[in-house]
Amino acid sequence: MAPRFTSVQQVREGLRDVNYLADDGIAGVAFLADRLAKPILVEGPAGTGKTQLAKSIADMTGARLIRLQCYEGLDESKALYEWNYKKQLLRIQADKNSEGWSEIHDDIFSREFLLTRPLLEAISAPDPVVLLIDEVDRVEVETEALLLEILSEYQVSIPELGTITATQIPMVFLTSNNTRELSEALKRRCLYLHVDYPSMEREKEIVLTKVEGITENLADQVARIVRSIRQLDLKKSPSVSETLDWARTIMLLNIETIDAQVAKDTLHVLLKYQTDIAKAAKELSVDLV
Amino acid sequence: MLDLLAGFVTELRNAGLPVSLTENLDAMEAVQHIPIEDRDAFKYALGATLVKNSAHWRSFETVFEVYFSMRGPEYKLVEGSEDELEQMWREMQEQMKQGDGRGSSGGMDALTPEEIAQMLMQALMNGDQALMRALAKQSVQRFAGMEPGRPVGGTYYLYRTLRNLDLEGMLQKLMDASRQEVGGELTALEERLEKDEYESRIEQFKKEIEAEIRRRLVADRGAEAMAKTLRKPLPEDVEFMHASRDEMQALKKSLYPLTRKLAARLARKRRHGRKGPLDFRNTVRHSLSYGGTPAEPKFKYPRPAKPELMVVADISGSVAAFARFTLMLVYAIQNQFSKVRSFVFIDGIDEVTDFFKGTEDISEAIHRVNTEADVVWVDGHSDYGHAFEVFWEKYGKDVGPKTTVLFLGDARNNYHASQAWVIKEIRQKARQVYWLNPEPRSYWNTGDSIVGEYGAHTDGTYECRNLRQLEAFVEKLV
Repeated sequence: MAPRFTSVQQVREGLRDVNYLADDGIAGVAFLADRLAKPILVEGPAGTGKTQLAKSIADMTGARLIRLQCYEGLDESKALYEWNYKKQLLRIQADKNSEGWSEIHDDIFSREFLLTRPLLEAISAPDPVVLLIDEVDRVEVETEALLLEILSEYQVSIPELGTITATQIPMVFLTSNNTRELSEALKRRCLYLHVDYPSMEREKEIVLTKVEGITENLADQVARIVRSIRQLDLKKSPSVSETLDWARTIMLLNIETIDAQVAKDTLHVLLKYQTDIAKAAKELSVDLV
Repeated sequence: MLDLLAGFVTELRNAGLPVSLTENLDAMEAVQHIPIEDRDAFKYALGATLVKNSAHWRSFETVFEVYFSMRGPEYKLVEGSEDELEQMWREMQEQMKQGDGRGSSGGMDALTPEEIAQMLMQALMNGDQALMRALAKQSVQRFAGMEPGRPVGGTYYLYRTLRNLDLEGMLQKLMDASRQEVGGELTALEERLEKDEYESRIEQFKKEIEAEIRRRLVADRGAEAMAKTLRKPLPEDVEFMHASRDEMQALKKSLYPLTRKLAARLARKRRHGRKGPLDFRNTVRHSLSYGGTPAEPKFKYPRPAKPELMVVADISGSVAAFARFTLMLVYAIQNQFSKVRSFVFIDGIDEVTDFFKGTEDISEAIHRVNTEADVVWVDGHSDYGHAFEVFWEKYGKDVGPKTTVLFLGDARNNYHASQAWVIKEIRQKARQVYWLNPEPRSYWNTGDSIVGEYGAHTDGTYECRNLRQLEAFVEKLV
């Protein structure tokens, strides 16, 4: 199969075209994932654009995004495949008299009666797809094993049918918020990408591209204040999405420059804990007087 | 290339990073797909295939820097090439000369320290990366006084260089300059932002200096030797008692995700251990809605009682860091316990539970513990015996059959009376008594350490030198 990307630079520019500002690490790993045909495990704090990365890659390559949201209690029938037993019953009843047992038996376990779930769908799709397995750390350790076959071999084994192998190798992204250690087996099969809070310059650019009509000056101020806030010892540092929300808020309020008062009044968009807000407000205004 | 990578992987393993064979193979394949002269891409390719835990990234970076720094021209992976820098220097010199019309000749070595300081300030002011790098190089050469073969660590050179540069004063000057530029006072917010900006630039400059020193040391001693001296333990393996300030910061950072993970794991464990015998009465009761057929069996789920916890911690200088981390960890997962009370002592003892009650900010509470708790009785040297005696008198009655008591300390009693009977009494009343010692097991019971004497009366004494051991213990406790 022809590789999707020709160079790291191309990945980077392509992502930029769909409004995702990647740094070298992100673009490089995406490029490698394509070349090595390996899934990417994306880890990092909440709200740093992990899910968005998968969406943007799909957007950029013109592929369909198939998403599997993980949660505790996720099982085979929701992630891989399920037999459509209602249809099977109907089938049996419809031919009550005509055909023999063995024919029906073979017939009801054919593809027609198979309900594909995201994972199976991703590898059996004829068109290019990007598979996103979101928040993989939420499933139990045992359920992780479900993913192993598809991640390393790009195939699904169904006892009644045999093995379904991928017609084309999809790009696979797994995201994790790091609430628990993922198993070695899973990690070993993936490339690892840690997405952290962006540097100030990158954050400023993100604000500029994502928030319409914001001035360079204001974006700069936003990014700088956010950086200062992140340096504090907070329960939850503001994420990129919260930075964007904040920038939009300020735009809505028609504020041209941010002074201490404005910052203080709108901090609750950025921070979600009362103790954090109090701390940041204190640090930002009274600090040096 | 193959040999080089194999050597690199070995070095990573030596540094404590788990690298499996498949990952090794992946790395080999990965580097074939990227242009080798692109150092950053090379680094990310190796990182993505070899390092699967963000906490290990820093160790990886250090090993990478050392291993793939100058190792003679045949290995040299193009690295902000020397000539380029020299070139730039010369250009800058030109500009300087034209600027102030002085004909000072002889390249960068001829600059006076004042001029260097001046240039550094310019660079920091404008955030000029290239100039900063060049200046870092220059100041190391000039101030660090590095001698070949001298067995001194990099930190020593770093210290010498920084002392000569006076970066603290530089920050002040930068602030003054920016104040002048605006003309008049800055608002508090602006001032704060400016300061953060400069601080981050200075931080970056320091990093450049560090990298420069490392590069020179590698050139002097060879990469293998350097890698050994620079081998930093992973955050979870850093010893509490010997952590440097930076390591402390790193520890603190890794503590928060750790507690989150621990809490998630414990909650899961609690939920999963729920297999109980059939609850006959309840099953019959529910069978009524099915016309008397017991169609829906009900079970008696065990509800394990949450333990009550009493933490008694020595916070004298030698073990303060350990006590601090344990308290932080315990309070971060306090919903796993029905009640947590904490006491701190040196030679007197004081209850500090209230410090943690009103606030959600654990580090703030810890700070208050260190500053406000009344723990000095006579001279401020650890006296476990007296502290325990007072504990027994004042709080002994609160120890009950549900209580787990946790003692933290190195049991270095300065040859005071041990009063080990207190522990014995407590054990008779309490559910469990544990002792955590941050010292390596081999030091126990040497000198004035009497952990054995106390330990005899506990349900277990544990060595707790690093986060990994602490985590393992806490999981066992709950």
